Amino acid sequence: MDEVLRFLSLADANVRFVLAGSILLGSASGVVGVFTLLRRRSLLGDALAHAALPGVALGFMLTLSKSIVPLLIGASAAGILGVLAITAMVKTGRIREDAAIGITLSVFFGIGIVLLTFIQRLPSGNQSGLDKFLFGQAAAMLPQDVQLMSIVSVVTLITITLLYKEFRLLVFDANYLAAQGFPVTLLDILLMFLVVLVVMIGLQAVGVVLMAALLITPAAGARFWSDDLKIMLLLAALFGAVSGVLGVFFSSLAPRIPTGPVMVLAATLLFALSAVFAPRRGLLARRMRQIQTGRRTAQEHLLRASLEWMELNPGAVRIPLDALAGPLGVPLSAVERTAAALSKKGDIHFTNRNAQLTAAGKDKALAILKSHRLWEYYLLHRMALKQDHVHRDADQIEHILSPDVIERLEKLLQEDGVDVENITSVHPVAG
Amino acid sequence: METLHKNKIPIEVHDMTVAYHKKPVLWDVDLILPEGELIGIIGPNGAGKSTLIKAILGLIPKASGWVKIYGDTFERMRTLVGYVPQKESVDWDFPVNVLDVVLMGLYGRLGWIRRPGKRDVGLALESLKRVGMEEYASRQISQLSGGQQQRVFLARALVQDAQIYLMDEPFAGVDAATETAIIDLLNELKSRNRTVLVVHHDLETINEYFDHLIMLNMRVIACGPVKEVFHRENLQRTYGGKLTILTEAAEKIGREGGVISN
Repeated sequence: MDEVLRFLSLADANVRFVLAGSILLGSASGVVGVFTLLRRRSLLGDALAHAALPGVALGFMLTLSKSIVPLLIGASAAGILGVLAITAMVKTGRIREDAAIGITLSVFFGIGIVLLTFIQRLPSGNQSGLDKFLFGQAAAMLPQDVQLMSIVSVVTLITITLLYKEFRLLVFDANYLAAQGFPVTLLDILLMFLVVLVVMIGLQAVGVVLMAALLITPAAGARFWSDDLKIMLLLAALFGAVSGVLGVFFSSLAPRIPTGPVMVLAATLLFALSAVFAPRRGLLARRMRQIQTGRRTAQEHLLRASLEWMELNPGAVRIPLDALAGPLGVPLSAVERTAAALSKKGDIHFTNRNAQLTAAGKDKALAILKSHRLWEYYLLHRMALKQDHVHRDADQIEHILSPDVIERLEKLLQEDGVDVENITSVHPVAG
Repeated sequence: METLHKNKIPIEVHDMTVAYHKKPVLWDVDLILPEGELIGIIGPNGAGKSTLIKAILGLIPKASGWVKIYGDTFERMRTLVGYVPQKESVDWDFPVNVLDVVLMGLYGRLGWIRRPGKRDVGLALESLKRVGMEEYASRQISQLSGGQQQRVFLARALVQDAQIYLMDEPFAGVDAATETAIIDLLNELKSRNRTVLVVHHDLETINEYFDHLIMLNMRVIACGPVKEVFHRENLQRTYGGKLTILTEAAEKIGREGGVISN
């Protein structure tokens, strides 16, 4: 508990540093991740991270220094080499991109692990701290490392902000960008370069194995909330930043937990919450829309069925609900439920197993009936569909025909001499 | 009609050869196109029609030859040329709205880093009005129909107010109303002495829509006024490759005693 308070009070300067750095890293990672996600190049970030491992090992072996710079240079070189290997495999061999990525990723990573094990055996090996590159340990970062991470993150964010319209068009329609006179290959390389930068500076905090997740997950989560790229970028940055904070927080409580997995878990939680709760595109919203549509459809069917029943029983206005259960194809309990809902809306008077259409209800029922029959007629006589097929089709279409389509259908049918105001059914109505 | 430039030839192509992966796709293309006309490009699949447009725009490297726009290089005359690519060339699920897509037509003019301002937004909205899409300005492009997508691409090119327009299959997969709207727009451009080059696939409408025609099958079979070049002999030579194999096969079946049905 003490530790929690100590963390939250931000008294510890080192914690402050690392926190700031992780927020910046998370934001930069989220933002760059949006572009790689939209470009369908997310796995390339994964390849970069995994391929970096042997580079980190070699960087250490060649300099035997604890400084981060040779390690990062080695990491970048190895990462870029990996991506070049993938490109070469795809262009020359008969290997598809997904296989090429898998192969490169595994081979480089394997070599990296072997080198790492070798280094552990060296007399100075145990001090190397290289194993932290597997899963990341933000707390183990020196102030100058955090500084580097922060600067690079800020540069990345500024570049994306300045070249926002260029990058957006690059991903959307690269040919058009070229036609407008921009150097597409250069911009492509620049974007790739930003990915390399973010991955490399993130390795210390998140680790080789999971860095890709910090690129992809915040962006994927953000996608659920908006169709506006700007908002998507802001949210991805936010999600990334929050993941960074949570990673550092839990890591400071229990210093043996590597920060990478915690950050990724946080990002995944945000993704899952987005997937379920985002308005419109979230699972919950979709399900509710489905239910609402289902209810509306059931109500409209009942209204139409009532009118059809009244056609078969001229003069009668009180409709026994069990007479509608058959034509509607649902149990009586469902009919009663729907009738209750309609009654609340004021479309029917519902008493004791009987229903009676109100004036409002009758208007709605007529509109639905007309749509239904217009569509059936259209399918039967204009589209030459079979008579026993048209009813089911119309059952579904009647709810979504817009007023202008109905107008056009009426015009069409009037050419055939149909009385559209008193349109009769093209098939025997179920009684 | 006043001509807008000293050099009256909007597009001149000389001895242009384009290759994809070392395989030639366009051979020795020579073209001198007239100003202020609607020019169609027709040919079978794989004839290089899209390639021709892209090569003129400098989107594909040329193995040989050159292209001149009003006597100067394309790079220098870029702002005079508007481009309407095939709508299939883009992922319409991308998170962007109609207005932002149309504004992309002004990026060349804006240059690096600068964002579109109020005046640019005004131009874009006007452009959308010309294609009947001004109500859709803030609509997400994933919600558009095929015809609407095509109109957005047109508006994007129109906002540039170019002299020359290159359009890749603008009539493919659009409804009748959109097709009419597009051809009306093209005629309006023609009335203002704009040159419009259109890759087209429907032979039935050539006579009605176009003044000038390029018949292409890896090389230029014919290029001239529609009345002069659009006839059976040229069509045979343009689409002939496919027809010949078909006729051969038909003859073979005939020789072997007819189709297996009796």
